[in-house]
Amino acid sequence: MNAADLGKDLVGLEPLSAAQITAILDTAEPFKEVSERPIKKVPALRGKTIVNLFFEPSTRTRISFEFAEKRLSADTVNVQAAGSSVSKGETLVDTARNLEAMRIDMVVIRHGSSGAAQFLGQRIRSNVINAGDGTHEHPTQGLLDLLTLRDRFGKIAGLKVCIVGDVLHSRVARSNIWGLTKLGAEVAVCGPSTLLPSHVADLGVTVFGRVEEAIQWADALNVLRLQLERMTAGFIPSLREYNRVFGVTSERLSRAPKDLLILHPGPMNRGVEIDSDVADGPHSVILPQVTNGVAVRMAVLYLLAGGSPDWANAGGEA
Amino acid sequence: MKPILFTNGRVVDPSQHLDEVTSLLVQDGRVAGIGLDVRAPDGADVFDATGLVIGPGLVDVHVHLREPGQEDRETIATGAMSAVAGGFTAICAMPNTDPVIDNQGAVGFVKAKGEAAGLARVYPIGCVSVGQRGERLAEFGEMAAAGAVAVSDDGQPVMSSHLMRTALEYARTFGIPVADHCEDLPLAAGGAMHEGIVSTRLGLKGIPAAAEEIHVARDIILAGLTGGHVHLCHMSTRGSVELIRRAKDQGLRVTAEAAPHHFTLTHERCEGYDTSAKMNPPLREAEDRDAIRAALADGTLDCIATDHAPHHYDAKEREFDDAPNGIIGLETALSLALRELVLSGRMTLPTLFERMSCAPARLWHLAGGTLRRGSVADLVVFDPGAEWTVDPSRLRSKSRNTPWAGETLPGVVHATFVGGRPVFVRSEPGSRKAHRRPRPHPPATG
Ligand SMILES: [Zn+2]
Repeated sequence: MNAADLGKDLVGLEPLSAAQITAILDTAEPFKEVSERPIKKVPALRGKTIVNLFFEPSTRTRISFEFAEKRLSADTVNVQAAGSSVSKGETLVDTARNLEAMRIDMVVIRHGSSGAAQFLGQRIRSNVINAGDGTHEHPTQGLLDLLTLRDRFGKIAGLKVCIVGDVLHSRVARSNIWGLTKLGAEVAVCGPSTLLPSHVADLGVTVFGRVEEAIQWADALNVLRLQLERMTAGFIPSLREYNRVFGVTSERLSRAPKDLLILHPGPMNRGVEIDSDVADGPHSVILPQVTNGVAVRMAVLYLLAGGSPDWANAGGEA
Repeated sequence: MKPILFTNGRVVDPSQHLDEVTSLLVQDGRVAGIGLDVRAPDGADVFDATGLVIGPGLVDVHVHLREPGQEDRETIATGAMSAVAGGFTAICAMPNTDPVIDNQGAVGFVKAKGEAAGLARVYPIGCVSVGQRGERLAEFGEMAAAGAVAVSDDGQPVMSSHLMRTALEYARTFGIPVADHCEDLPLAAGGAMHEGIVSTRLGLKGIPAAAEEIHVARDIILAGLTGGHVHLCHMSTRGSVELIRRAKDQGLRVTAEAAPHHFTLTHERCEGYDTSAKMNPPLREAEDRDAIRAALADGTLDCIATDHAPHHYDAKEREFDDAPNGIIGLETALSLALRELVLSGRMTLPTLFERMSCAPARLWHLAGGTLRRGSVADLVVFDPGAEWTVDPSRLRSKSRNTPWAGETLPGVVHATFVGGRPVFVRSEPGSRKAHRRPRPHPPATG
């Protein structure tokens, strides 16, 4: 099979091969350049209709997809759960049937239930792209993290990357674990045991109980957002203590044997999981992540629509 | 009713240590004799059971019949039809209907509907607590007098240890078991499947085995404290099996059941967010399934019960988190038990009848469970060598939520008799792809 053939849908990085993931990253390279032009548009998806179906609010991911779609010249419609039929009790099956009837080409879905993207993909002919399903996967976030790491280190194989924080509730963590391990990185997770999945070690990752150990070991830290609800649900006693024990601070980083690259999927809770001087510091790639997000989403949309990586290069000149 | 003489069948009845090819005479609704010398009286019908097994009708102490309140999923009549098609002659209806069965009038309703259907015997189970709210005891005495054979808040555990203690003490007066759904709710809260590697990968909240085992341990301790009879519903973990084994060694009045899905399937079945594999308790790991099989073989688990849980056809067509728990089971239970337990060599056919008929009838004081002379003629006739393919649209249940759709299973029920009356006779021998030649139908009763 052609490595750039991703199948009909992108529901996660777990089902993809290393070759497929690499093909997406390679396809994203020329699209980075498109975003640097005065006229940031290529005609690759002209005439295609894409629905951004968001059952959860996520301004950042939706805007990133929307830019990617518009820069590929697609027609886009945003459907927010609030104020639409989906919030009035319409089932996901009915939503799927309606989308099918409207003959749209692609659906980007963000949903609170794990498996929702796969569920939709199995019921409609359109391409489905998972923009985050429950606590399962957020594949385009995983891809943009991979692209950012590859930009800085030149390769993924052999890198040591530790994911720090609320892994249990994180779709970003699962996509990162699959993407990184498939491309040959060593992956660790670190956080309070209450926020690590019970069988996470069986996914082939190292588990660190203390963030200091992770900092000694890693080349890069991917710091996850800690949501306030985790405190009210009893997973941690307080945000203050979380910062004291697990916060990524410049003081802790100063004891690292080397400079660590710092990633964060955003939005950040400054002073909780990450201190401001780290987030804004020289080793943070949080803003390049955002830029790369648009490029990998363009690559995914383009490849799912049937484009070839070579044409992406040609498309850059169109 | 004309007498019926069954000839040349393999008659299996562990209640009298019987397993031989012989004749069995049914007269006036009762077993009138067993033996090669038994002769058909004048006017008797003869049922040639060559190649077939005749055993005491199957007894299921755990079904959800949905009536009153959710008749779009199942009714007492359709559930009883599904039961007899699966070889069951008696079923016990869980009281978590809408409204719940927590008083003598409601118990009488279930009993009357069961009698009107005239198929399997339908035994009502009453609630432990009023409104199934887990607060105060329902009227066990009046419900028992109206026909309730046990009490249970199934669907929900009895979370209050005080309520469970008083229920066990009070139920002793009426000689009925308290059947408990074992789940520590705060520990299981929000869980959609077994907590393990599969839930970790799928990003679904898990229900740890400990959520069941903590509750099992508590119920066993309370059985010791009260001397009451606790019946543990749908056991699913190896830890629960160990706890029950120890309790039985201590002589406590603890009985327990396991469902066919828990001795057949594992949590890997949830891959791809397959909602037909969503149940509570959830499908566990291979080691748990193997422990359930072994415990059914050695008697640590007393009986097989289906937890038959019908859902409307589109209810499972949704996100895994939001899909309802449970599957239908009455028409597949015998075949799955044959495949997983008997044909695999884990237990003999008589032991299977002990777990699916004799033990549940004996422990819950129900009719049937034996073919001893003089007992009611509740019996099943099936072909253990034939196979059939599960086509959900052809099942007698009103619902179709089965994870075995399309599978070919061994064991074809030919006829089911309750009180000597044929309540189910396979009318289309070809429809289930029975690989044996069609048998002559047993005659209708006079
Ligand atoms: Zn239950």
